[in-house]
Amino acid sequence: MIPLKRRKAYDAIFVWLSGLVLFFSLLTLFSLMMSLLIQGVPRLNVAFFVSFPSRFAEQAGILSAWVGTLTVMSVTAVVAVPVGILAGLYLEEYASKNFLTSIIEINISNLAGVPSIVYGLMALGIFVYQMHLGQSILTAGLTLGLLVLPIIIVTTREALRTIPTTMREAAYALGATRWQVMRDHTIPYSMGGILTGVIIALSRAIGETAPLITIGALTFIAFLPSSIMDPFTVLPIQMFNWVSRPQEEFHQNAAAAGIVLIGLTLTMNALAIYMRYQFRKRIKW
Amino acid sequence: MVNERAIIKNLNFYYGETQVLQNISLPIFKNKVTAMIGPSGCGKTTLLRCFNRMHDLYPGNRYEGEIILLPENQNILHKNVDPIELRMRISMVFQKPNPFPKSIYENVAYGLRIRGVKKRSFLDDQVEEALKNAALWDEVKDRLSDLAFQLSGGQQQRLCIARALAVDPDIVLFDEPTSALDPIATQKIEELIQVLKERYTVIIVTHNMQQAARVSDYTAFFYLGELVEFETTNILFTNPKVKKTEDYITGRFG
Repeated sequence: MIPLKRRKAYDAIFVWLSGLVLFFSLLTLFSLMMSLLIQGVPRLNVAFFVSFPSRFAEQAGILSAWVGTLTVMSVTAVVAVPVGILAGLYLEEYASKNFLTSIIEINISNLAGVPSIVYGLMALGIFVYQMHLGQSILTAGLTLGLLVLPIIIVTTREALRTIPTTMREAAYALGATRWQVMRDHTIPYSMGGILTGVIIALSRAIGETAPLITIGALTFIAFLPSSIMDPFTVLPIQMFNWVSRPQEEFHQNAAAAGIVLIGLTLTMNALAIYMRYQFRKRIKW
Repeated sequence: MVNERAIIKNLNFYYGETQVLQNISLPIFKNKVTAMIGPSGCGKTTLLRCFNRMHDLYPGNRYEGEIILLPENQNILHKNVDPIELRMRISMVFQKPNPFPKSIYENVAYGLRIRGVKKRSFLDDQVEEALKNAALWDEVKDRLSDLAFQLSGGQQQRLCIARALAVDPDIVLFDEPTSALDPIATQKIEELIQVLKERYTVIIVTHNMQQAARVSDYTAFFYLGELVEFETTNILFTNPKVKKTEDYITGRFG
């Protein structure tokens, strides 16, 4: 028998060990944030948000980048959200369980793990060269839409799966059709989870750089897009461009753009948490 | 005079390859309470769920044989019978209270809403009547817009009964309706079942023999998917003909 004292010692060691690991991960994160903030905050002023990029660092701004990010994200959302949710609903609620659907299931999970640059290559081949959509906002939105589609499908299905069978059976037992069960129960009860998935997916897309470089995003855009067929840039690409310049002033610009990007992502995540809370407040099983 | 409301004829049921019900034949009498008892895994709940074709919701289930509703003379297991239409006539109350995360009112009204009833006054009347029939009206009449989860467990189960009654069914199925409830809530539900049989035909699955003895007029004892004995409750509990039944009701196994 192991003496109680020793068993308790193991317990304490484990607590210390995990605490230590947590401390160092948070410390790293914190230092990164701090260096970003120290570098970037002085550049954060109104002019930075309303100026186009410039070869003079102190005059350069992120106007075309954040407008680009918003328009590209809008296209992504319009494409990926309805398709992803409907696909998830179909797979979970309607599709029969057979060989074909399990192949599809496995592949969707795999797609969620495909490196984003591969999506960029595929988009270059299909959207740019085959469909002639150009190196446009539309192409970028579609590319990121494809990239996050599996995430939305998977989270939608997971959200649907959290609804207890007893809830569906209660509705079916009253004579509801499948569509009525979905409309009145499954979809509303899983809405919190589905929306969370959507926001997580979009906040992943917002930081993607590699596939957009592949399809040919520009780094210097001194005008605002007038249609979704126009060329574009986005925040992370603007950042990348500034970081790769030798002058220290541009690095400060990059840090400032980074703060904006992180701010956007954190806001979206906060929104996701808030919505999940709002939807789940009224539901307990 | 007792009339048959349904007759189960040579019913076999399979989950995939596994046969769960073996050649069951049984009458269900109108305006009576029929209890189905037996140890876990004996198939009593499976049989109950044949009546509203709940098994159709899951793949790989198969019925053989007939459940004939009388006087319609309709075999409800026939492929041409639409399970949705059937469930509109045969209501079910589940083992654990499972109200929807909606208001008390909307829970009761739901069955009518999915049938397309929109007239508010009619809905109001039906909801009130169902809640009265479920002996819940006095406790909730001032808080119909409250969430159903704010009710106690026993109240939730009576709400589920009201929900099942609001659509004015012919038969009400109870699947161990009190197994998650305390004794007082259980007593209320049992009293309620006694009243309900005046208007409805009731089938109740229970693992509690005392409950079967208290609430039912007829009792069917199942063991390993077979019907061992079917009798009036009085006879089955006082003078069972089969040794197995006697062993079970005297607590020698189960």
